[in-house]
Amino acid sequence: MTAPPGVAGAILVVCAQILVAGIGGPLLLGLMRKTRSRLEGRVGPPVRQPLLDVRKLLAKQRIRPQCGSWLFAAGPLVLISTSVVVAGTAPLLTTRPPLGQSTDFFGVVFVLLLGSVFLALAALDTGTPFGGMGASRATTIGALTEPALLVAVLALSIPAHTSNLPALVREGLSDPQVIASPGRILALAAFVVVVLAESGRLPVDNPSTHLELTMIHEAMVLEHSGPDLALVTVGESMRLALLLGLLVNLSVPWGMATGSGMASLVVGTVALVAKVALAGIAIATFEVFTAKLRLFRLPELLAGAFVLALLGVVTALVSR
Amino acid sequence: MSGAVLVLQVALGAAAAAVGGLAPRHVRVRAAAALTAAACVAAVVAAVSVLGSGHPIAVHTADILPLTGASLVLGPLGAVLVSVTAVVAIAASVYWPGYAHHGLSSRTASGILPVFVTSMLVVLEAGDPVTFLVAWELMALSSLVLVLVDQDRREETRSAGQWYAVMTHAGAASIVLAMVLVSVHAGGHSFAEIRAQAGHLPGGVRDVSLVLALVGFGSKAGVVPLHVWLPKAHPEAPSPVSALMSGAMVNLGIYGILLVGDRLLGGGPSWWWTAVVALGVVSALFGALQASAASDLKRLLAYSTTDNMGLVLVAVGVSGLLADGRHETLGALAMVAALLLVVNHALFKASLFLSVGSIQAATGTRELDRLGGLVRRMPVTTAVFVVAALAVAALPPLNGFVGEWLLFQSLLHALDVSGAVVSVVVSVAVAALALTGGLTAVAFVKAIGIGLLGRPRSPGAEAAREVPHGMQIGAGLLAALCVVLGVAPMLVVPSLERAAATVVAGGRSHVLRGGVELELAGLRGILAPVWTAVGLALAAGVAVGTRDLIRRRPKRRVADAWACGRELLTPRMQYTAASFAEPLERVFDDVLRPDRDVTVSHVAESRFFVERVAYRSSVGDVVERVAYRPVIGAVRWWGSRARALQSGSVHRYLGYGLVALLVVLVVLA
Repeated sequence: MTAPPGVAGAILVVCAQILVAGIGGPLLLGLMRKTRSRLEGRVGPPVRQPLLDVRKLLAKQRIRPQCGSWLFAAGPLVLISTSVVVAGTAPLLTTRPPLGQSTDFFGVVFVLLLGSVFLALAALDTGTPFGGMGASRATTIGALTEPALLVAVLALSIPAHTSNLPALVREGLSDPQVIASPGRILALAAFVVVVLAESGRLPVDNPSTHLELTMIHEAMVLEHSGPDLALVTVGESMRLALLLGLLVNLSVPWGMATGSGMASLVVGTVALVAKVALAGIAIATFEVFTAKLRLFRLPELLAGAFVLALLGVVTALVSR
Repeated sequence: MSGAVLVLQVALGAAAAAVGGLAPRHVRVRAAAALTAAACVAAVVAAVSVLGSGHPIAVHTADILPLTGASLVLGPLGAVLVSVTAVVAIAASVYWPGYAHHGLSSRTASGILPVFVTSMLVVLEAGDPVTFLVAWELMALSSLVLVLVDQDRREETRSAGQWYAVMTHAGAASIVLAMVLVSVHAGGHSFAEIRAQAGHLPGGVRDVSLVLALVGFGSKAGVVPLHVWLPKAHPEAPSPVSALMSGAMVNLGIYGILLVGDRLLGGGPSWWWTAVVALGVVSALFGALQASAASDLKRLLAYSTTDNMGLVLVAVGVSGLLADGRHETLGALAMVAALLLVVNHALFKASLFLSVGSIQAATGTRELDRLGGLVRRMPVTTAVFVVAALAVAALPPLNGFVGEWLLFQSLLHALDVSGAVVSVVVSVAVAALALTGGLTAVAFVKAIGIGLLGRPRSPGAEAAREVPHGMQIGAGLLAALCVVLGVAPMLVVPSLERAAATVVAGGRSHVLRGGVELELAGLRGILAPVWTAVGLALAAGVAVGTRDLIRRRPKRRVADAWACGRELLTPRMQYTAASFAEPLERVFDDVLRPDRDVTVSHVAESRFFVERVAYRSSVGDVVERVAYRPVIGAVRWWGSRARALQSGSVHRYLGYGLVALLVVLVVLA
């Protein structure tokens, strides 16, 4: 079985990646909730519950808060667009995504930042105390995560002499020693903390809280409802899935499609879903045993990640 | 192209100044603005022809300045900065007439503004030290007058003027010394002659003149710790002047460092460039932190200028480090990154200053906590501000992102170069840049979110109306260029490469290639900003489609926001600039050292009932407090001591004269 050649094949792969992320994201969220519930001795909602929620939300009436402007409506749209762009171009199913030649890791970081910034602006646009609270906390955490992430990206890029994301993944696949190199391990450890912080998981933010004073992300999206909330949910869960997908592909790239065959694409999909699901279960399990950190203890955690990443750079330079 | 166009540009500038100073009130501003814009168009024409052909334009006249005459030589590096300056000045001229009655319509203002613009252009075109210094001084003085032109309205303006006057003249003195030192030892009149002799200069002279140039030009570029005047003077100036100062004048500081360090002295030992990177790192971090804590919109922008100039200096320094005879291509790449950062910064920062001018004109304030709700009242200005602010935060698909990406790429590939100095310097630079990235995003989310969105926080903001079209167009023009350069950076990159090749001697002139995409030549790194933009637009379109078309549903409803069950949401319940930045302020407490003051007053009857609680928090400038205040205090102390000498008695003054005469005689004997 061979994939259709040329443009059609490229479009197929891009769409497949976006679909896998778009449907897999909410399912991943459901899986993590299910894992948590079971470990806490509850039955929990079914894994597909987030998808059902999204379907229900899409059918609802749109509501705009009194002083929300075009920026309020733009927030969810930009968020999901950034997730889709990254999903379409990142090496998720295959090591050679069709648009992957120009998929730069720095670029991915800044595209994702665009989504976060717009969500924060949408929150401030509501003119409510919660919007401001959520936006202030989320951007503060973002400002402290960003350095760790960028330095981690640099540490990963040094041995490969490029920050091209598919090239980084391919390098791990062709030379497994690279993955076990201390620089890469340190950088990936920092990346794990970044993923937790960026996607609002414990111990940075409690995704299931609705207690007003502890909310970070939930406070930001409090005013979104109906279809807008659906976009936010899908966008955020895609982002979690994407970050985890990049993490697993950078640390255990095996199983990814390397050619253009249809069969290898299917294998790649299965491998990615399995790896991300395992990572999700691991995070959910970790969350059961972890309490949320106080907001003002977070800088210590994130500074730790920053130092890990910086050590990764130094190690990569020394062991060159 | 002949040098006539340079003469024409100066003549048009002079005509603008004359018209502005002499013409009757009702035509004064429009005529001066039109002639200034015409001068800038002439400058752009000259610059484009230089960048297109690669041949400098030169003109010399013996009549204007005594002894040496004046010579203008426009090379590729100057041409890049001339076009940036001219574009900013054109936008400011379009903006000016609408803004004029906010303090820029007097004879002085309309006469001096064209002088300021023209002298900036001439600084970049100067072909010998004398022309350079005369134009530099003219620029410094004219900008000082423009800062003070509106001094009756605010008390702070006068103090800002004093700071600016002292700092700019201390800087100018340092530059004069550097130029004199270099040209006396090299023994040439023009920059080209000096350059030819530079290799034979004694090492000490080279080092001293570089340090002097770093001090002088660094203070103009707003480099920490010489930045203290910048967050005072840039905000207090009328907005078109702020835009010119922050968008164009700071670049001349960078130009000066390149002129002395690279073009005149031809590079130097690695500690020069390590010092430049160190200055850049400190400026970037300090500027970003202060910007994220600032609550005055223009002050925030001014600190962000320090931040951006820091990034430029990092790129300049890394480029200098790499230009050691083996890594010229990487050096040229870093220099292209530096120039792109300069171009980007000029566009978005000038646009932001013009937009803030519009906001100030419409609301009467630039305090973030007294703004808000402008997105409905001033939609165009808001859109322009949002685009420019997102460009500063380096978000795709805008120009700031391309510049930052190029800087990161040049740092990443600089790490391939073996050598402890480069590795350490570049690693520290990357860490610092990564830190500033997030902080800048906070600063500008705050600027947009608190300043423009939400509910109006004061009657002034409540009553705001959109400004005249000219002001919208002036600011919008620059924001549009931010989008264009963000999507198609290859429009300017070849010109920047040409300019970089004249700075980094021996560097390959093509370090980047590609049409739609941006590809590092000979290295692995591609960015496709167009495709990112197209992808984002497509995805947003599909998302809108799924949201709106799939199901028919009732029309969008407007509802009250959730307020914990309270009925009334007042504007005062919103987050303020101070509360927004509070978590970050707490994290960086040691650097920012905010002043917090809580006053609790009790009800007269009982101490157990609080009547009111007043909370004040302000973030000053640590550098100013630690390094400048003691000096000012000492000068003031000596001044008050010296006052004792003045008793008003003529006999005593005659006595002083006698003593002074005796001292002179003794010294001479």
